[in-house]
Amino acid sequence: MRTTSGVRATARVHARRDGRGGTCLPVLDGEGPLAPRRTRGTGDEARVTLVGAMSGPLGGDRLTVETEVGEGARLRVGSAAATIALPGQTKEEARYDVRITVADDGELRWLPEQLISAGGSDLYVTTRADLAPGARLVLREEQVLGRAGEEPGRLTSRLTVRIGGGCVLDQELSCGPGAPGGWDGPAVLAGHRAVGQVVVVHPRYGERMPEARMLGEGAAVLPLAGPAVLVTALAPDALCLRRLLDEALAVLERD
Amino acid sequence: MHLDHTHSGPAAVSADAHRPDGTRRALRVGLGGPVGSGKTATVAALCRALRDELSLAVVTNDIYTREDAEFLLREAVLPPERIAAVETGACPHTAIRDDISANLEAVEDLEDEVGPLDLILVESGGDNLTATFSKGLVDAQIFVIDVAGGDDIPRKGGPGVATADLLVVNKTDLAPYVGSDLARMAADAEAQRGELPVVLQSLRQEAGVRDVADWVRGRLAAWAA
Amino acid sequence: MSRAALLVLADGRFPAGGHAHSGGVEAAVRAGRVTAAADLAEFCRGRLHTTGLVSAALAAAAALGTDPVALDAAADARTPAPALRTAARRLGRQLMRAARATWPSPELDALARAFPKGAHQPVVLGLTARSAGLEPQDAAYCAAYESVGGPATAAVRLLGLDPFDATGVLARLAPELDRVADRAVEAAREVRDEGRLDALPAASAPLLELTAQAHAGWPVRLFAS
Repeated sequence: MRTTSGVRATARVHARRDGRGGTCLPVLDGEGPLAPRRTRGTGDEARVTLVGAMSGPLGGDRLTVETEVGEGARLRVGSAAATIALPGQTKEEARYDVRITVADDGELRWLPEQLISAGGSDLYVTTRADLAPGARLVLREEQVLGRAGEEPGRLTSRLTVRIGGGCVLDQELSCGPGAPGGWDGPAVLAGHRAVGQVVVVHPRYGERMPEARMLGEGAAVLPLAGPAVLVTALAPDALCLRRLLDEALAVLERD
Repeated sequence: MHLDHTHSGPAAVSADAHRPDGTRRALRVGLGGPVGSGKTATVAALCRALRDELSLAVVTNDIYTREDAEFLLREAVLPPERIAAVETGACPHTAIRDDISANLEAVEDLEDEVGPLDLILVESGGDNLTATFSKGLVDAQIFVIDVAGGDDIPRKGGPGVATADLLVVNKTDLAPYVGSDLARMAADAEAQRGELPVVLQSLRQEAGVRDVADWVRGRLAAWAA
Repeated sequence: MSRAALLVLADGRFPAGGHAHSGGVEAAVRAGRVTAAADLAEFCRGRLHTTGLVSAALAAAAALGTDPVALDAAADARTPAPALRTAARRLGRQLMRAARATWPSPELDALARAFPKGAHQPVVLGLTARSAGLEPQDAAYCAAYESVGGPATAAVRLLGLDPFDATGVLARLAPELDRVADRAVEAAREVRDEGRLDALPAASAPLLELTAQAHAGWPVRLFAS
């Protein structure tokens, strides 16, 4: 529900092995602006699309998406459209928390559309993935700073990945008006308006890690200190960013 | 924390003559001198002269990271794992004198990875006449100048010319062409250096690096004694 | 112990290898993103609030006595570019050498044994401050200042920037350095009081990560990172 202090809403998606070689979704709940829908999957992979039922997140909203993938289950999550952070009626920041857990031999492909930080908005996003040692994950995050030709809002985004309890990635990017100084300068974004990450976790990385490599000037494949790889990319706009990330993902899947 | 780890870590005192396991470490000889005086060529010639009788390795300190190391690799004077390049942030003299930590790390890694070694040559990138090696890094140093750089360099002196354990006046074959007076250079050097030895060499002539190699053998005999 | 130890530790001449690292400014200069003092100021400001803040918090936490092995893992998770992890460990190893020679302590010995090839530099820095009898706040200041001092010095060498302008850049960052050091200490206390390593800041700078990885592959460069 939406009050003057914003919406509190949680969506839950639980994926389990269905015992017939496929994946079932015993829990698929939405609330307010968060509406997860089961869409057509492929093979043993179930597919869920997050449909935005209302605009948002707006200032003061607190949205949570919890996704749990059980042992041996395979799930792909996407979204119907980009998420747009907008200014709300309150001056409060909005929060958007994504909580992911994947059990051994479970697989999650988390591939939502972009998050766009509209002028005047103020959003704090946290994405936390807790993976069992045998879990597989492909997780994409794309932040677009401002709609076309617009100054961005304030956006802070923290991405944390744990494998077997050990943290392999903890990164926070803060940008827009009121962010700590230098965010758009030559050390951090230098005028780029689209920034993205893909995290790939796979047990095969325990044996052999992919090599670090640059994909042009704007993207790099970075093997992390644990069995995981981060692709990090910067681009002038959302389209270029997606192209870079797709290219990187293709490179990683060939490896 | 692995408190029971057998590796006792880097020695706290850089000039310690022993490795963590108690064995005597390699003798470290520094080669410094102005740009273009023939340091890298001398290092290459020394490697060729000594590699069959000694276990040796080279650390280069370049202005442009890997250029001297690449030269030594191209010339195949040593297997690549025996050549390490230290990055100097545009200041070789800082890396060999004021802050020797990267060089110490390089010599220790060489001993750990290809050792035991008898000798490590530490080559400085070409720098000025005041650039000398720290005693915390090398046990002895060679300063290389050449006749084409001006025959007044020995007279002008400076810490490299005056105090290096060995002064090498290189490219003597060029003296007639550049109008350098070898006798005067030798006399000026002696005046600056007193008892300290001077070698005049041309790597293009038959004797080549022989005198410098002999001097290194002498230092090594004293070090191992 | 004396607060003056902070001056020794923070001195650019403290021989811990920093002179060979540009903190990403060499890549930024090559890309044309830093050409003058104004860009340098923005570069340093961005680095201070990202890498600088994280380093300062790690250093403060180590100085407060938080398990350095756990802090090292937290540093790994906050440093996705392998080139930067390598640089941080090399600098950590070099600092460890200087620290053990300067302010020896069993805690430093234990960390050196746990990481023979080097722990992340800010962790070693915090433990060094602790061994020198300094406060967590001192460690935080030291790390935060290093995060901008290195690039400023490198920019002077790379661009021939007026050294007065570069020093002016650093001086004008002072109020922000104060805030970063305060935040770092606050986070370090939270880590100690609540036992949660994720209380450590994780501020990242995508360009520093990307360009550091690219820089590590350059065949010719002046700085190690």
